[in-house]
Amino acid sequence: MTNVLAVADHRRGELRDVSYELITAGRQLADETGGELHVAVISGTVDEFADKLNREGVDAVHTVDYGEEFNHDVYAQVLTQLYDEHAPQYVVAPNSVNGLDYAPAVANALNLPIVTDTVDLESDGDTLVATREMYGGKVETTTELEGTVVATIRGGEWPAAEGTGDAAIEAFDAEIDEDAVGSTVTGFEEVGGGDVDISEADVLVSVGRGIEEEENLEIIRDLADALDATVSSSRPIVDSGWLPKNRQVGQSGKVVTPDVYIAIGISGAVQHVAGMKGSDTIVAINTDPNAPIMDIADYAIHDDLFDVVPALTEEFQ
Amino acid sequence: MKILVTVKEVSTVEDEFEIEGTSIAEQYLGADLNEWDDYAVEEAVQLQEAGIADEVVTVTIGPEDCEQTIRQALAKGADRAVRVWDDSLEGVDLLDVGAKTEILRAVVEAEDPDLVLTGVQSGDDSWGATGVSLAEELGFEWAAVVNHLEHDFEDDRAAVRRELEGGVEELTEIELPAALTIQTGINEPRYASLRGIRQAQRKELDVQTLADLGVDESAIEGDVTLTDMYEPESESDVTVWEGSAEETAAELGELLREKGVAP
Ligand SMILES: Cc1cc2nc3c(=O)[nH]c(=O)nc-3n(C[C@H](O)[C@H](O)[C@H](O)COP(=O)(O)OP(=O)(O)OC[C@H]3O[C@@H](n4cnc5c(N)ncnc54)[C@H](O)[C@@H]3O)c2cc1C
Repeated sequence: MTNVLAVADHRRGELRDVSYELITAGRQLADETGGELHVAVISGTVDEFADKLNREGVDAVHTVDYGEEFNHDVYAQVLTQLYDEHAPQYVVAPNSVNGLDYAPAVANALNLPIVTDTVDLESDGDTLVATREMYGGKVETTTELEGTVVATIRGGEWPAAEGTGDAAIEAFDAEIDEDAVGSTVTGFEEVGGGDVDISEADVLVSVGRGIEEEENLEIIRDLADALDATVSSSRPIVDSGWLPKNRQVGQSGKVVTPDVYIAIGISGAVQHVAGMKGSDTIVAINTDPNAPIMDIADYAIHDDLFDVVPALTEEFQ
Repeated sequence: MKILVTVKEVSTVEDEFEIEGTSIAEQYLGADLNEWDDYAVEEAVQLQEAGIADEVVTVTIGPEDCEQTIRQALAKGADRAVRVWDDSLEGVDLLDVGAKTEILRAVVEAEDPDLVLTGVQSGDDSWGATGVSLAEELGFEWAAVVNHLEHDFEDDRAAVRRELEGGVEELTEIELPAALTIQTGINEPRYASLRGIRQAQRKELDVQTLADLGVDESAIEGDVTLTDMYEPESESDVTVWEGSAEETAAELGELLREKGVAP
């Protein structure tokens, strides 16, 4: 019996970390429901991927050798066929940009409920209790779903599976209806190069939407000058065109690991935190004592940045 | 070309708040146009200004209160709006992806657009799944997390960029009709002009019930039940510096010197 089908994530020849986290989440659900954990890996060098995915707790890996890169139409077709053949109770996929490009379609095609961006999953065999955040991380919720469910998991919430397993590695003979493939990936492009590499900086003075106006960035630059630090930012600052893309910290920006990261007027949304949680020391300056950034900060000042930042600059002049 | 844009009014939460049962107490909540939808509206209006779209229609699931938010979208240039609501939606805690898909499908079928634009996610319940689910339901093509859209639509195809993780973008072409989930940064949403705000008052805002749309009430029961809401437990042992700005800045200055990262 297949109880859980986990879908691996890969890009440009590399499995992504969340694939191993999916194995941990999937194994746990399989244990709770007393069944097997199957992993699907679709497109790319699937045999190579299958060897890597054969970690402790995996019962079977289904490989689908079709095309080089991710294509959501292919994923959707393969997954509905795998579902029909193996009838898993839970399909778990990553809450990655690609996961969100096929998982909702698969759920809808199979007429199954979907719960996204989960940070914890628990099942008693009938009811799935999924924990997720709302309001940008200000609250956490538990939600319940009966029966068969598609769930996407947030990266970094489950430990990566390790060890080697003795999974059966099976090529799955999917029938791809080419006419139903209406999307074509034509290439990739790296963005965000340029003059400064924020991932090399020892100290980052990082600014978020709390700064309000472009002109106000001046006080951030003054501070960075006084500290001989580099300026980085959260996404809205880049979206507004106030700083170039190569200054953006986060999931879709750069991953940084400075000695000190000073988050100024940044709430600490999960996509931002993904880029800076590896910083040695995190300092948050934010008027909101409940902002999610406080959960990962080492030091915090719950005060107005327009008072604190100039005062700090003065310290060093 | 006709474009349908989903526009959601999202709840915003004050810095300090209290939870009552499975929701945040009313008095701590505000309302705003969903950030991601704002970019979707802007993209549609730009397509209209470029002479590519003939009509931009917005659709919102929400009570009468959210008409102010809908008027914001109209003031930015959308031509008219559809709002879906009735009593059966009143007491629903959480409208899940399946329920939204059902309701929006009925609106899309009635409007018959060539392109549907939705935000990547909503700022409050952040499912991030409705646009793609809706596309599948309609038999439309789709693309999730789009941060660039070519405006020429050669051969009835949309050329888009999808923003992946880690500063990598995927170039993708998809066939129309299609639904795109729009990422922030794709454009610069405009502020509504005074003239736009005045004009918005006269634009058509059509209210539809589930019955009008032929949607069965059972569709909104949904499969996801919200059972608890709480403030996340903080895992950190954050040191909070207290005092005047000068005092806290001095503490931080001290730390930076200790770490040897500041003069
Ligand atoms: C697919 C996807 C990818 C994304 N990728 C990224 C990414 O790579 N990087 C990224 O950053 N975001 C990313 N985001 C966006 C992310 O979800 C948040 O919207 C964003 O990080 C919020 O930025 P912010 O913290 O600056 O703004 P907000 O969330 O608006 O927070 C502003 C903060 O400033 C505080 N504040 C306001 N005024 C003051 C004051 N006077 N003094 C002190 N504090 C003040 C407020 O209390 C608040 O906490 C992504 C989103 C999606 C859906």
